[in-house]
Amino acid sequence: MREFFAMGGYGAYVWSAYFLSAIVLGGTVAFSITNLRTLLRTLSNSQQGPPD
Amino acid sequence: MSLPRSDQSGHSDISLGTAFHRLGSPPSVYRLATQLTPWFAWAAVACFGIGLYGALVAAPPDYQQGHAYRIIFVHVPAAWLSMAVYVVFAIAGAVGLIWHIKVGFIVARTSALIGAAYTFLALATGSIWGKPMWGAWWVWDARLTSELVLLLLYLGYLALDSAIDDRRTAGRAGAVLALVGLVNLPIIHYSVEWWNTLHQGATVTKLGAPSIHIDMLVPLLIMAIAFKMHYLTVLMLGVRAGLLKQEKRASWVKTLSPAR
Repeated sequence: MREFFAMGGYGAYVWSAYFLSAIVLGGTVAFSITNLRTLLRTLSNSQQGPPD
Repeated sequence: MSLPRSDQSGHSDISLGTAFHRLGSPPSVYRLATQLTPWFAWAAVACFGIGLYGALVAAPPDYQQGHAYRIIFVHVPAAWLSMAVYVVFAIAGAVGLIWHIKVGFIVARTSALIGAAYTFLALATGSIWGKPMWGAWWVWDARLTSELVLLLLYLGYLALDSAIDDRRTAGRAGAVLALVGLVNLPIIHYSVEWWNTLHQGATVTKLGAPSIHIDMLVPLLIMAIAFKMHYLTVLMLGVRAGLLKQEKRASWVKTLSPAR
């Protein structure tokens, strides 16, 4: 297990690259879901609320 | 496909145009995107699971680079997708420009955002890989510089898009920028052949057999599919959001259930 994380001495480089990828890929998904949810909520609120 | 010409406005041209517009009609696109989202998302999860196991555990260390080469499994898919997404981005913009299909502009806008993220990721992971292998985080060589230009094209598009208030004008201006920027794609691809560079040449997308072992190639391709599925997932979510924003006064939006 220790060997696996060490990556033959390149652990810092390999894991930071994978960590960064996880942040970017996860971040884009999280951003899109939040954005869509917010829009759907505002749209349904504007229909139930007082007429504009 | 050829454009219908004005001097031969035959019946088939009209019906083709109608079918085209119905296909691109906001409610049907919204419905399709909603249905496809979970499929793409689960496919991405599955491919990342298998791909990461292959990339980090199953694939043997490289004979020259040891374990450091494992960065390839995120770096190369990100770089491939940064270019593939650009093609979708430019084509979608052109569809909006030529056939006045607004969904084209929405696809283009969403793709630009994801494309910029992939390009940043390709540059950043490449930099992390470059430090132990080349001894430098960054060099101004052809491959790196042309990929940086790609990032600037995406960011330039996004800046232009947010600077213009009218959505149609923004979409058209952006589409022109996207099409002009297409010239950068062959430059990125052939940069490792045309100029002397620190960056290694093509290992997979070249004539003849790829110069990469099958145990490394398979996880690389699975990771590439995983990235594609990630792109499609985010694209579906972005297209839905874009359609809602554009069509907020339309009757079909008002019938949507607020829960989802």
